[in-house]
Amino acid sequence: MKKLLLAASAAALLAGSWLAPAQAEYLKEHRGGTIRLLARSAAGTLDPHINYTDQGWQMYQPIYDGLVAFRKAEGVDGFSIVPDLAEALPEVSNDGKTFTFKLRKGIKFSNGQDLGVKDVVASFQRIFKISGPTSGTFYAGIVGADKCLADTKSCTLEGGVVADEAADTITLNLTKPDAEILYKLALPHAVILPADTPAEDMGSKPIPSTGPYMISAFDPNKGMTVSRNPNFKQWSEEAQPDGYPDVVQYDFGLSEEAAVTAIQNGEADWMFDALPSDRLGELGSKSMDQLHISPLSAWWYAPLNTRMAPFDNEKARQAVAYAVDRNTLVKLFGGKVLASPVCQVLPPDFPGHEDYCPFTKNPGAKWSAPDVEKAKQLVEQSGTKGQKVTIIVEDTAISRAIGVYLQSVLTNIGYVADVKPISSNLQFTYIQNTNNKVQMSVTQWYKDYPAASDFLNILFSCASYREGSDASINISGFCDKDIDAQMQKALDLGVADQKAADKLWAAIDKQVTDKAPAVGLFTPKRLDFVSKRIGNFKFNPQFNWIITQSWVQ
Amino acid sequence: MSSQVAAMPRKTRGPWAVAFAKLATDRAAMASLAVFLIIVLACFSAPLYAKWAGTDPFASTLDAVIQIDGADVPVMEQSTEGLGLGYTPIGPTWRLGNYFLGADSQGRDVMARLLYGGLNSLLIAGAATIFTLIFGTLAGLIAGYFGGITDTVLSRLLDVLWAFPIYLLAISLSIVTIAQGIAIGPIEIQSGSLWLPIIIIGIVYIPYVARPIRGQVLALRHSEFVLAAINLGVPGWRILWRDILPNITTTLIVFVPLMMALNMLTESALSFLSIGVQPPAASWGTIIQDGQALLYTRPLVALVPGLAIAVSVMALNVFGDGLRDALDPRSKVRLGRD
Repeated sequence: MKKLLLAASAAALLAGSWLAPAQAEYLKEHRGGTIRLLARSAAGTLDPHINYTDQGWQMYQPIYDGLVAFRKAEGVDGFSIVPDLAEALPEVSNDGKTFTFKLRKGIKFSNGQDLGVKDVVASFQRIFKISGPTSGTFYAGIVGADKCLADTKSCTLEGGVVADEAADTITLNLTKPDAEILYKLALPHAVILPADTPAEDMGSKPIPSTGPYMISAFDPNKGMTVSRNPNFKQWSEEAQPDGYPDVVQYDFGLSEEAAVTAIQNGEADWMFDALPSDRLGELGSKSMDQLHISPLSAWWYAPLNTRMAPFDNEKARQAVAYAVDRNTLVKLFGGKVLASPVCQVLPPDFPGHEDYCPFTKNPGAKWSAPDVEKAKQLVEQSGTKGQKVTIIVEDTAISRAIGVYLQSVLTNIGYVADVKPISSNLQFTYIQNTNNKVQMSVTQWYKDYPAASDFLNILFSCASYREGSDASINISGFCDKDIDAQMQKALDLGVADQKAADKLWAAIDKQVTDKAPAVGLFTPKRLDFVSKRIGNFKFNPQFNWIITQSWVQ
Repeated sequence: MSSQVAAMPRKTRGPWAVAFAKLATDRAAMASLAVFLIIVLACFSAPLYAKWAGTDPFASTLDAVIQIDGADVPVMEQSTEGLGLGYTPIGPTWRLGNYFLGADSQGRDVMARLLYGGLNSLLIAGAATIFTLIFGTLAGLIAGYFGGITDTVLSRLLDVLWAFPIYLLAISLSIVTIAQGIAIGPIEIQSGSLWLPIIIIGIVYIPYVARPIRGQVLALRHSEFVLAAINLGVPGWRILWRDILPNITTTLIVFVPLMMALNMLTESALSFLSIGVQPPAASWGTIIQDGQALLYTRPLVALVPGLAIAVSVMALNVFGDGLRDALDPRSKVRLGRD
C-alpha cells in the first residue's frame, strides 16, 4: 500500500517538496507592462476542456488550474507533478484505485465565485458531457466513465468523483490502478471550471478562471487579451506563480515573415509559429541573444501501413528504415542545431528511452549513415520490388520536402513511389482513416505528458487501431499481441514500480523499432525568437515557454 | 482593250489568306506569337537542358557540390555564423547548365525545373483548351441547333457550372480527386496524373465556350441556307458538320489562345495550392510555391516562374486579340461573364 502511494503520487512523478528546486524570488521591479505575442491564427476554441493544441495549452498555463499541475519550472523539474488547487498530492488507497484530494480554501474564480468541491465534480462531469477529445482515453478509467461515454448528457460519474462538502475533499475512484492518472489530471482537459459553466463548447466565450490571469477579450480573427485576475492570491509558487506582465496581448493574422520583422522592430515580443526557414541564417547570426533553442519530446516519423502491400511485409518496412538518410532530413529541417537523427520511437531524455538504432550502418546505439545496399537486399528478399507506394504528406514546405526526399529513397531501393501533399487541416485525420488506404505518410507526435505509454501504447497498441475511423491514431495499423501484452504489463507495473516499468518500456521500444511499423526520422527542437526586452525566459518541457514568468520591463 | 481587261475575272485571295495577311501586319500580335513560341521551344527543350547540365530536377540534392571558377561550392550552404542555423540554397550563377538561376530549398536546379515546369504548364493548358473546345463546341452546337428540351437541359446544366466561381469549383474538384484519382467504370485516372488537372480545368471552362457558340448556332439555325438544307431533308448531323461548324470555326480559332492563357493561370493557381501538378513534378505554380519559403534569401525562385506566367499569358492574350481582329473584326468574342 505504501509502495503504491509512493509510486503513484511521489516517486513516479518526481514530486514532493524535498525535490523541489529553490524557486526564484519574485522581482517586483519587473512587474507590469504588456507582452505582445503573435500567431498566424487562433488555436481554435477557447474551451480548455476541448482545445487540444500546443498553442492553447501553453496559453492556459497562467489562466486555469487543475487539482494538480506540472511544476512551472525549467528542465526535468518541469515534468514533475505538484499540488495545485488541491492542498497536497492525493492520498492513495484501495490498491491504487482511490485518490483523495483536499481542496485549498479561499480560492476564487475570476468572476468572484468561490471555488468549491461542487466545481470539481461538475468539471469532471463536463469532460464527458461535452465529449471532450480525451474523455474516452485519458479519463475512461474513472468509475462511471463508461456510462458517461455511452450517454454524455446525463453524465454523473456516480461513484467515480465523490465530493465531501464538509471536509472539502474530492475522492476519485478508478476502475483499475493508473500510474499516469496524475499526469492526466494536470492537463488542461481536467482543469476546474465554475460548476455553472454550460455543458457545451464555449467557442469564443472566455470561461472564468482561477489562475493569476483571465481571458478578458477574444476575437478569433484578431486576437486575445489576457489580463490579471483581480481575485488571484498566490497559493503555490511552483504550481501557479504570480506573473510579471499586467497584460498578455496575443494577436492573430500576421504571416511568419511579418512576425519576425515585428519582433526585430520591437513591435512584438514572441511568435508562436515556426520561424521561416529563409530567416534562420540571418537570425542565428545577428540575433543570437534573442533566440532560445529547447529540446522537445516529439517525434517526426513516417508510419508504414502494416496491413497493406508492400509494407505488410516486415522486410519491406525495415528496408525503408535502413535506406532513409536521417542527416538529409535534419538538413531539411534546418540543421543539427534544430533536430537530431533518430531510429527509435521514444525521444531522447524521455522516460524509458535507451539509445537504440538497428537501422544504420554499424547498428548500435546511434544512427550513423543509411545502408542502402542492405535496404535493396531486403526489398529483393521481400518480393515487393516494383510495387507502387504513395506517400501522403502535409502541405507545408518542410513536409513536402521530406515527402519528395522519401519518394526518391523509395525509388532508389526499387519501388515506384509518388508523393501527395494534402492540406494540413485534413492530412492528420486522412492518414488515420483506413478507408483512405494510405500506405505511407509523414507526421509528428508531440507528447501529452511524460510517459513512454504516451508514445508506444497510443501509437502502436492494438486498441489504438480503429477500422474506418478518422481517430485511429495507430496509423500503421500495427498490432502485435505479444507486444500489446507487454505494454499492458508495463502500465500495470508503473503503478508499483515506475523504474521497472520504464525498463520494460525500453525493451518494448526496441521491439517496436525492430518491427518497423514506422520509420523514425528525427527529433525536433523548439526555436523561440523573442524581442530584446524579454527577460527571464524560462522553457517548461511540458508546455513550452512560461510566458508570464518573463518580464518586459 | 482596256474594257476587256476590266471585264476579266480577278483572282481574289480567300478569306483565310486575307485574315493571315492582316494578322501578319499586326506587329504586336506577331511579336507576341514570337515570344510565346520562344517560350514553348525553350520549355520543350527541358529534357535536353537537364541532360546537358547533368542535373536531376526532381530529386533532392542537398549534398551536391558544384564548381564555379574552379572552386567547389555546395549547393546548400550552411550558415557558419552565430548559431549556425539553417541552410541557404545557392543563388543564380548566371552560367547556363550550372544552376543558372540557383537552387531551391531542396538543392534542385531552378532553371531546369523552370523549363520542366513550363512544359507541364503548357501541356496542361493546351490539352485543357482542346478538351474545353471539343465539349464546349459540342454542347453549344447541340443546344443551339436542336433547341427545345435539349437546349433547356443543356443550358441549365451549363448555368449550374457557370454559377460556381471558377476557382472554387476547380479547387473543390481537385481536392476531391487529388488523393484517390478518378475511377468511373473502365476509365481510371491515377491521382498523380496530369490528366486530372487537364480534365478539371477543361470542365470548369466549358460554359465559357458553349454559351457563345450556342448563341451563334441559334442565329445560324434560322439563316436561309440552313433552312433550305432542312427543307431539302438533309440530316441534322450533316447540317451541323457541313454548314454550321465551318461558320463558327473563326470563333473557335480565336478562342484557342485566349482559353490557353486562362488555363495557364488556372493551372498555376491550382498547382500553387498543391492541387494541380504533384511533387516532385514541376509546374510554374509549384515552383512559385517552393519559392515562397525563400522569398527573403532567394526571391528569384518565386519571381522567375511568376514572370514566365505573366509573359506567356500576356503574349497569348495579345496574339488572341490580333487573331480575332484578323479573322472577324466585328466579332465580340470575349472570355468572361459579361
